[in-house]
Amino acid sequence: MEAIAGMRNSAYSQNYSQAVPRQLPLSSQRIPRIVSASACVTSMTVATSRKTIAQTFSDLKAAGKVALIPYVTAGDPSLSTTAEALCVLNDLGADILEVGVPYSDPLADGPVIQAAATRALRNGSNLDSVLEMLKEVLPKLTAPVVLFTYYNPILKRGVENFLRTIKAVGVTGLLIPDLPLEETETVRTLAANNGLELVLLTTPTTPKDRMKDISEASQGFVYLVSLTGVTGVRSELESRVENLLQELKKVTDKPIAVGFGISKPEHAIQVSKWGADGVIIGSAMVRLLGEASSPEEGICALKNFTQELRKVLP
Amino acid sequence: MAMAASSFYCVDPIVKGISVRRVPSSAQNLSISCTMAPANPASSPSSSSISSEAPRIHGLERPDSFGRFGRFGGKYVPETLMAALRELEDAFSFLSKDAAFQEELAGILKDYVGRESPLYFAERLTEHYKNCEEGGPLIYLKREDLNHTGAHKINNAIGQALLAKWIGKKRIIAETGAGQHGVATATVCARFGLQCIVYMGAQDMERQALNVFRMRLLGAEVRPVHSGTATLKDATSEAIRDWVTNVETTHYILGSVAGPHPYPMLVRDFHAVIGKETRRQALEKWGGKPDVLVACVGGGSNAMGLFHEFVDDDDVRLVGVEAAGFGLDSGKHAATLTKGEVGVLHGAMSYLLQDDDGQIIEPHSISAGLDYPGVGPEHSFLKDIGRAEYYSVTDDEALDAFQRLSKLEGIIPALETSHALAYLEKLCPTLKPGTRVVVNCSGRGDKDVHTAIKHLKL
Repeated sequence: MEAIAGMRNSAYSQNYSQAVPRQLPLSSQRIPRIVSASACVTSMTVATSRKTIAQTFSDLKAAGKVALIPYVTAGDPSLSTTAEALCVLNDLGADILEVGVPYSDPLADGPVIQAAATRALRNGSNLDSVLEMLKEVLPKLTAPVVLFTYYNPILKRGVENFLRTIKAVGVTGLLIPDLPLEETETVRTLAANNGLELVLLTTPTTPKDRMKDISEASQGFVYLVSLTGVTGVRSELESRVENLLQELKKVTDKPIAVGFGISKPEHAIQVSKWGADGVIIGSAMVRLLGEASSPEEGICALKNFTQELRKVLP
Repeated sequence: MAMAASSFYCVDPIVKGISVRRVPSSAQNLSISCTMAPANPASSPSSSSISSEAPRIHGLERPDSFGRFGRFGGKYVPETLMAALRELEDAFSFLSKDAAFQEELAGILKDYVGRESPLYFAERLTEHYKNCEEGGPLIYLKREDLNHTGAHKINNAIGQALLAKWIGKKRIIAETGAGQHGVATATVCARFGLQCIVYMGAQDMERQALNVFRMRLLGAEVRPVHSGTATLKDATSEAIRDWVTNVETTHYILGSVAGPHPYPMLVRDFHAVIGKETRRQALEKWGGKPDVLVACVGGGSNAMGLFHEFVDDDDVRLVGVEAAGFGLDSGKHAATLTKGEVGVLHGAMSYLLQDDDGQIIEPHSISAGLDYPGVGPEHSFLKDIGRAEYYSVTDDEALDAFQRLSKLEGIIPALETSHALAYLEKLCPTLKPGTRVVVNCSGRGDKDVHTAIKHLKL
C-alpha cells in the first residue's frame, strides 16, 4: 500500500514539474506540514484515480444520495488550518470540496467571506501558496476539489497557464463567479482541453432561455444561486428556490447544486427535499473556522457541523 | 453560445419587461443626435441629446454589441446582474431615440444644471505660456466647474436619474470617493424624489466630512464601507454588492466611464454634451476646431465627455493626464494607463494597478477623484490604438497648477482638474504659436481647500 502510494506520488511529482510552465516556489518549509496522522487516513491511494465531478454526482444519484459540498477560503485563518479542514471535511463525508482563492475585491461575496479573504491575504496567502498547499493535501483526499476564484488572478497568470497549473496540482473543477456565460467561451474550451470541469452559475434573475444556455455550457453540475444577492449566512431559505429547481430541471438533466445562504441543517434538508442533487455551504463553514478562538476550536466546530449535515442529508 | 448571443444581443427598440413611459411614435425620431457627423456640427439638433448608435474608429465600434472597445470593456459581473445590465442597455437604447426623454433631459440640463457651460479664453494663463519671441498657444477652459454642484459629474447623474425614473426604479445607489459623485447623485435624487444610498469608504468619510454632511443634507443615506482598504474601490465593490442584492428595485448610478457594459458607453454619452458644446463654441469663437484637448483621467468621465465628439477628427490631439502621486517610481500613484497592466476590475477589462498575483493595489493621489486603481475601458482602447495620449503629473505639480490658475485667472480649480492644468507646463513649450488648447476645467476647487491647506504655506 505504502509502496504504491509512494510510486504514485513520485509519478505525480514528475508530471507536476513537467507540466507547470511557471515554477511554483516548492520550498515546502513555507507550508508547515500540519496534516495530522489521524486526519486523512482513508485515501493515500486515490489521488490519481480521483473521480470527475460529473462521475461523483452520478454515483451519488445511483446510491440515492445528495452531495454535500462545503466551501472554505484558503488561508483563513492559515493555510495549514485550511489543509486540515479539507481532510476533516473529506473524511466526514463531504462529496466535493470547494476551495476559495482569496481575492482583494470579491464582488460576489458577503461580509463573512470578504473578511476571510482579507485575513488570508494579510497573513501572506497567495495563489502560489494556496496551490502548494493543495498539492500537498490533494493526494490525501477522495473528494474532487473545485477551485473558486475571481477572474483577474487567472488573467494575470494567463488563462492557459493557470488551467494547466491547477490541473497539475490535482484540482478537478473551476468556478469563476465574475465570469458570466458570454465571457466563458475561451475559458471553457481551454478547461475542457485540460480535463477541468468549469461550473457555471444560474440565479433567480436569470431568464429561462438563458438558464438553458447556462446549463448546457456548465460542466460537472449546474450551480443554482438560491437568492438575489451575495454569499452569506441567512436565517431563512427563500421559498422560490423550489420553483427555480423545477424550472431548471425542465431544461437540464445535469445535476443541480444549490448554494448562497444555505447555512443550517434545516436549509440543507429543505433543498434536498425540493430535489437538489447537491447542497453548497460556504459562509457558515468559513465563519466557524475564521471566528473560532483557535484553529483547533475551529476545526472541532467544523467537525460537529459537518457531521450534523451529513446525518440529515440523504 | 451562438444561441445565447443571438437571444441576448438582438436589437430590439422596445424595452421588454419594464414599464417605460411611451410617447407618441411620431415624436420618436425627432432628436437623434449625430455623433457620426463631426465635420458638420450644425446637423446636430441639440448638444444635450445622447447618441443612439455606436460610433466607430479604425473600423471598430465603440463599443461593439458585447460592450467591447477592442479587447477592453465587457461584462465581468456575477450572473445575477446580467439581466439588469441587459435591461439597462435596452432602456438606454430606447430612450436615446426617445424625443420626450431627450427633451426632458435637455430642459433640466439647461435650467437646473445651468448648461451650456462657457468656453472661456484664459488670457493670463495664455500670457504665462507665451514665448517672448514667437508667442505661444492659446488656452481655453471648458467651464464645467460652473455647473450646479461644481463639476461635470452632474451631467451623468441627471441623465441616469432620469433614466431610472423612466424605467420605474425608485431606489438609487452610488459609490463615491471624495464625495463629488455622491453629492451629484444625492442632488439629483432630491430633485427627482428618489431614495438615495451612497457607499463611501470609512476612511474617505473622515477625510471628506463636509461632503458627507452635504449628502445627508440633501436627504441621502451615506453608508460607510469598512471592507478591504475602506476607500473608493471598496465603496464601488459594496455598491455592486448592494445592486446584486436589490437589483429588482434599484438603479446603480455609476459615476465614471468604468464598470460593466453598458456603463462606459452610457456615462460617456451623458457627458458627451461637453465635447459637443465645445465644438459649437469653437466654431463660433474662431471658426474652427480646437487643436489639442486636455483633461484629467481617473476613471476618465470628464475626459471621455470632452474627447468623444472629436475621436474621429484626426487633426485634434487628445491628451489625458493621470495622477502620478508621489512619483511614478514611488509605488504611490494612480497612473493606471501609464503603469498598469490589463486585467478585470469592477466588471470591465481595462488597464489596472495590480500586483504579481492579480490582487488590486491601492492607488495614491492627492486628488481623491483620481485615486482609483482602474480606468475606463475606452481610454485603454484609445491608448492602445494610439488615438489618445496619456501622461501623468505628481501631487506637487498639481498643487502648483492649483495655485497658478487661482492667481492668474481667479478660478480655483479642483485638484483633479489641476492635474490637467499642470500638464500645460510640459505641453505648451512644445506647441506651435497659435495652437488652440482646450482644457476641461472639470470641477471647482472649493472642496479641496481643506486638503490644500495642509500642503501650501501662503
